[in-house]
Amino acid sequence: MGSSGQARFIRLGETSRARIALTVDGETIEALEGDSLLVAILTARGRLRRSEFGPEARSGFCLMAACQDCWVWTADGHRLRACDTPARAGLSLVTEQPELSWPNRA
Amino acid sequence: MAEPRIIIVGAGPAGIRAAGMLVAAGLRPVLLDEGQRDGGQIYRRQPEGFTRTPEQLYGTEAARAVALHQSFERLKPQIDYRPRHLAWNVADGVVHTISEGKPGQFAYDVLIIAAGATDRLLPVKGWQHAGVYSLGGAQIALKAQACAIGRKVVFLGTGPLLQLVALQYHKAGAQVVALLDTSPFLKQVLALPKLAARPAMLVKGLRLVGGLMASGMAIHRGVTPVEIHGEAEAGVTGVSVRLASGEIRRFDCDAVGLGYHLRPEAQLADLARCAFTFDAKTRQFWPEIDADGRSSVAGVYLAGDGVRTQGADGAEISGALAACAVLADLGRPVPEAERAALREQGRIMERFREGIAEAYPWPAHLAADLPDDAILCRCEGITVGELREAATEKGADEVNRAKALTRVGMGRCQGRYCGHAGAEIVAAATGVPLEAVGRLRGQAPVKPLPVAAGEVQP
Ligand SMILES: Cc1cc2nc3c(=O)[nH]c(=O)nc-3n(C[C@H](O)[C@H](O)[C@H](O)COP(=O)(O)OP(=O)(O)OC[C@H]3O[C@@H](n4cnc5c(N)ncnc54)[C@H](O)[C@@H]3O)c2cc1C
Ligand code: FES
Repeated sequence: MGSSGQARFIRLGETSRARIALTVDGETIEALEGDSLLVAILTARGRLRRSEFGPEARSGFCLMAACQDCWVWTADGHRLRACDTPARAGLSLVTEQPELSWPNRA
Repeated sequence: MAEPRIIIVGAGPAGIRAAGMLVAAGLRPVLLDEGQRDGGQIYRRQPEGFTRTPEQLYGTEAARAVALHQSFERLKPQIDYRPRHLAWNVADGVVHTISEGKPGQFAYDVLIIAAGATDRLLPVKGWQHAGVYSLGGAQIALKAQACAIGRKVVFLGTGPLLQLVALQYHKAGAQVVALLDTSPFLKQVLALPKLAARPAMLVKGLRLVGGLMASGMAIHRGVTPVEIHGEAEAGVTGVSVRLASGEIRRFDCDAVGLGYHLRPEAQLADLARCAFTFDAKTRQFWPEIDADGRSSVAGVYLAGDGVRTQGADGAEISGALAACAVLADLGRPVPEAERAALREQGRIMERFREGIAEAYPWPAHLAADLPDDAILCRCEGITVGELREAATEKGADEVNRAKALTRVGMGRCQGRYCGHAGAEIVAAATGVPLEAVGRLRGQAPVKPLPVAAGEVQP
C-alpha cells in the first residue's frame, strides 16, 4: 500500500467512458472522462489531502460545493474545488496547499 | 413602465417553476446558478457521456425529473440563464456574482432566492475521519458519478434521505453494512396522520421501507451514535452505536454517510436583510415568509428548500407561488385559479413537511451530550469542550460571540455543518434557551471566492 492508501471510492457502473491520465503529486493516475477531480483522485487513492489542523487525512465531505473540504491546487497555484471541477486529461495537481493562507473572510 | 429587472437564484425545481410562471406572463428573468447544469439537487443531471436511464437515476421520480428537464429546455431561450454563476453577496439591490474568476453585478427590482438546502449535520466523535460523507454527498457520488463512497458503507443519522440513499446504494450494488436511524419507529407511526396528507408519497415511503427490509441490510432504529472509529491515515474503520436495547454494537466499515435531514441555505436571504424566525419544532431559525413566499423585505421572495424543507414537489409549488406574488406585486395579471390551486397544494406540502419533521426529529440531546473531546468543527479541528468552555467560562452564550472566541463557524464551511449543533451545545451548557443563543449571521462571500477574485470587496 502506497503512502496515499488504496482507492476510497468504488465504481459501480459507467466504466466504458474514455480513459484519461492526470498527475497528482507527481504520480500519474488514470481516470475516466466525466469524472470530477474528487472522483478521479479517490478512485485512485485513499485521500485527497491532509488536514492543516489535525493528523488525519481528508477526502471531501459534501460533494456539493458547500464544505470546501476538497480543495486541491494546480501546479501553478490555482485553487480548485475537486468535487465540482471536471477532471481533464493532462492536468497536474498538488494536494498540499502551496502557501498557508486563503481568502476566506467568513 | 420599464421592464422590471427580475433575478432568480437557483435552477432547481423551485427556481425553474418560478421562471416558467414569469415567462408565461411575458417577463424575462435572469436565472443564476452556481452549477454546471440545471436541475438542482434531486433532479441533478449526470455529466455528458454517462448512459444510465432516468429510471436508474431518479427511481420513482423519473417522470417528474424528465418533465422538469424538458420544461427547462423549452424555457432556456426565453430567459437569461447564467450557469456557473455563484451569487456571493446581495447588497443594496444588487446581486454580486463570480463566474470562472470573473466578477459580475446584477441590479434587481425583484429577487427570488431558491438556493435549496444542504445536509443538516450533527457531529459524532470521529466524524473528521476520511471516509465520512454527508448523506447528500454519498448520494451525489452515486447519482452524478456512479460511485460508492466505500467498499462497506454504514448510513447513520435520520430523515427521509437516510433510508432513500441506503436503498439506492443497495440497488446499485454497493455493500451497505447497516442503516442506523436515531429516530424511534414510534415517531414515524405517530406522524402518520400528517404524512397521510400526501397519500401517494406515503405509499412511496412504505415501499421504500419494504425494499429496505427485503435488502437484508442490518436496520436499527432509535440508536444513539457513540463513535466513528478511524485512523489518521486509513480513515474510517467502524461505527459504534448504542442500540435501543442498550447494547453497544460496533459495525466495521470503511465509509459512513451521515445526516439528519436538511437545512435551508438561507445566507443570501440573510444578506438581503430578510427577517428570520425561530421554529421551535425543528429547532432552527429560518426566514419569515407569507403563504406565497414574500419575505419581510419588499421585492425579495423566497422559495423551495432554501426556506422550508418541503421536498421537490413542494419546491415546484412554492416557486410558482412566489412568481404569482411577484406578478401581483408588479400589478400584472395573476392566474387566479392556478394560484388558488397552488395555495391549496402548498398547505398540503406544509402539513407533510411537519409530519416528516415529527417522524424524524432533530435529536438535540445528542448534541448536548457530545463528549468534550469530540471534534465539533471538522474544518479546523475545534472540540466540543473548547466551545463549552467559551460558553461557560467566558460568557459566550450567543453563537456569534462564541464564534469570535473559538472560531466555530469561521472555517471553510462557514458554519454550515457545525452551526446547529454548536448552538445546541451553547444552549445546553449555559441554560440559555436555543432561541436566545441565536444563529450564525450570514456573511459575504457566502462561499470562499477563487483566489484571483480575493481582491473583490463585498
Ligand atoms: C444533497 C441533497 C440530496 C437530495 N436528494 C433528494 C432525493 O433524492 N429525493 C428528494 O425527494 N429530495 C432530495 N433532496 C431534497 C431536494 O433537494 C429538494 O426537495 C429539491 O431539490 C428542492 O428544490 P429547490 O429548487 O428548492 O433547491 P435545489 O434543487 O437544491 O436547487 C437549488 C439550486 O440553487 C443553486 N444555488 C444555491 N446557492 C447558490 C448561490 N449562492 N449562487 C448560485 N446558485 C446557487 C444550486 O446550485 C442549485 O442548483 C435532496 C437535497 C439535498 C441537499
Ligand atoms: S466536498 Fe464539500 S465542497 Fe467539495
